[in-house]
Amino acid sequence: MKILVCISKTPDTTAKIAFKNNNTQFEDAGVQWIINPYDEWYALVKAIELKEKDPSIVLHLITVGGADCDAIIRKALALGGDEAFRVDVESDDSYVIASQIAAFANKGNYDLIFTGKETIDYNGSAIGGMIAALLDLPYLSLSTQFEWNGTEAKVTREIEGGEEVDLVRLPAVISCQKGMAEQRIPNMRGIMAARTKPLKVITPIAVNALTHIVTYELPPAKAGVKLVPADDVAGLVKLLHEEAKVI
Amino acid sequence: MSVLIFIDHSDGHLKKASFEVASFGATLAKQMNTKANALVLGNVFDDLTQLGNYGINKIYQIQSDNFNHVDVKMFTSLIVQVVKQVDASVVLFSHSQTGKALAPGVAVKLNAGLVTGVCDLPKTNEGFIVKKTVFSGKAFAWVSVTSPIKVLTLNPNSFSVQIINENASVEPITVPIPNASVQVAATNKVTGEVPLSEADIVVSGGRGLKGPENWGIIEDLAHALHAATACSRPVADAHWRPHHEHVGQTGVQIAPNLYIAIGISGAIQHLAGVNRSKTIVVINKDPEAPFFKAADYGIVGDAFEVVPKLTAAIKEMQSK
Ligand SMILES: Cc1cc2nc3c(=O)[nH]c(=O)nc-3n(C[C@H](O)[C@H](O)[C@H](O)COP(=O)(O)OP(=O)(O)OC[C@H]3O[C@@H](n4cnc5c(N)ncnc54)[C@H](O)[C@@H]3O)c2cc1C
Repeated sequence: MKILVCISKTPDTTAKIAFKNNNTQFEDAGVQWIINPYDEWYALVKAIELKEKDPSIVLHLITVGGADCDAIIRKALALGGDEAFRVDVESDDSYVIASQIAAFANKGNYDLIFTGKETIDYNGSAIGGMIAALLDLPYLSLSTQFEWNGTEAKVTREIEGGEEVDLVRLPAVISCQKGMAEQRIPNMRGIMAARTKPLKVITPIAVNALTHIVTYELPPAKAGVKLVPADDVAGLVKLLHEEAKVI
Repeated sequence: MSVLIFIDHSDGHLKKASFEVASFGATLAKQMNTKANALVLGNVFDDLTQLGNYGINKIYQIQSDNFNHVDVKMFTSLIVQVVKQVDASVVLFSHSQTGKALAPGVAVKLNAGLVTGVCDLPKTNEGFIVKKTVFSGKAFAWVSVTSPIKVLTLNPNSFSVQIINENASVEPITVPIPNASVQVAATNKVTGEVPLSEADIVVSGGRGLKGPENWGIIEDLAHALHAATACSRPVADAHWRPHHEHVGQTGVQIAPNLYIAIGISGAIQHLAGVNRSKTIVVINKDPEAPFFKAADYGIVGDAFEVVPKLTAAIKEMQSK
């Protein structure tokens, strides 16, 4: 079996969100970068668990981006995976990114493609569904559990108002979220091994973006908190009813 | 050229988020001098013509018992065929579990630009520029869509429905129905609870509540307010509460009218998921808790004393 895990680089969750050049670009000065948590904690760790059970599994990681993604993909390789690929193009359009991954996956005959459910920067929730459509594969979105019995996969996924258990034949694209696996900390051996694992740079295919970001905006600052004494809950109820008009 | 709105339903009933996206679509259609039509897949018990109240013109419906589950590949094919048949140029979904599953594939098959998590009406006087939430609600981006067809998903609770009053008619539409791509083995629906993403009021508890046995005060308050319950990440990680209640940057992102945070410190990752709430109330015994900086109203005090009193005061107000 061959598994491809899609990895994205995102700002650390504590990064200050600010913009530069007239609010047209994310201010990345001083920002720490991490593997998108959904890609790392759920998609990647789940794939590693599958490989631990069946060492014959080939596990590849892919990212789309410039050379500044290499540190992140090495971090991912320190957790696990045989080999990594970086498609050398930068884009803020999910269609461009998904097209690059689909073109690569198409040549690699993967049985499973794992993505995170969304990235924590652009919150697109788009890449998995787009790859599936580009490759005409079944798409299991927002998955929380995955089991494989050799012929069929059993996938539990979040749906409107609950969850659904689906049986699907591979190949398929799975977007992963909480429940799939538990976060792991890379060990020294993994970090050493990652240094020598192959990281190949792939030439992008030609594809036109269908969207682009024009400007960014920050939400207006809060006016400041109105504190109500702990022994005056009736005062709070009155404010919520009469001033905020929310109850 | 028209706006086509995918109307989601749960067990045959229309949902609040579907009315929001219908109203959003109708307002957008008006702005673009065109009509808003809806697409309903499957059997629905509710009266579909009520969508006319939100400005919908025609409701295309494909009835089948095979549509009880959202099969992504099958639904994508059906929606794409309908879009082509009715010549729609904007396709709208709610940014719900179903919308997130379907919109990306529909966009690809139509060679359409996709913007998910939309939170305001697009600017359409020059081009087509859409506002969406980014960085888990810490910022917004205006995205220009340059393809002839546009696919958008609308954040729940971000557009107030407007009553427009069109006479809507239900029209059957026929397209070839493809085979299912997955086999559904089981479904578990949580019944009787307000879904978190659609709730107007959310009462949320953090580690300050000390243990799952203390959640009664949270539930009582939520009950009095007809609110949904939520929690911080460590609370879900410790299995005090189910995972689907975890809000924040790596959990559910919500924007209710009222968010009441109890015993939650207000870490940046937590705030990211809730800071679009219209009004935030914080109850925390530590006056230095960072959450107070993001709050509209606050009480510095012990949750175990304050919350039951608050519930009682709300009930008293309601009885008047
Ligand atoms: C990559 C990453 C992603 C994360 N994503 C999320 C996320 O999505 N959502 C999320 O919530 N967190 C997330 N976190 C965790 C986040 O950093 C905080 O650790 C977490 O939000 C803290 O939860 P808490 O406020 O419940 O607990 P604590 O920080 O322990 O705060 C408990 C609060 O309760 C108060 N308290 C104690 N006793 C009482 C009492 N009797 N009455 C009133 N108040 C009391 C205390 O003063 C304190 O402020 C993430 C962290 C990382 C690193």
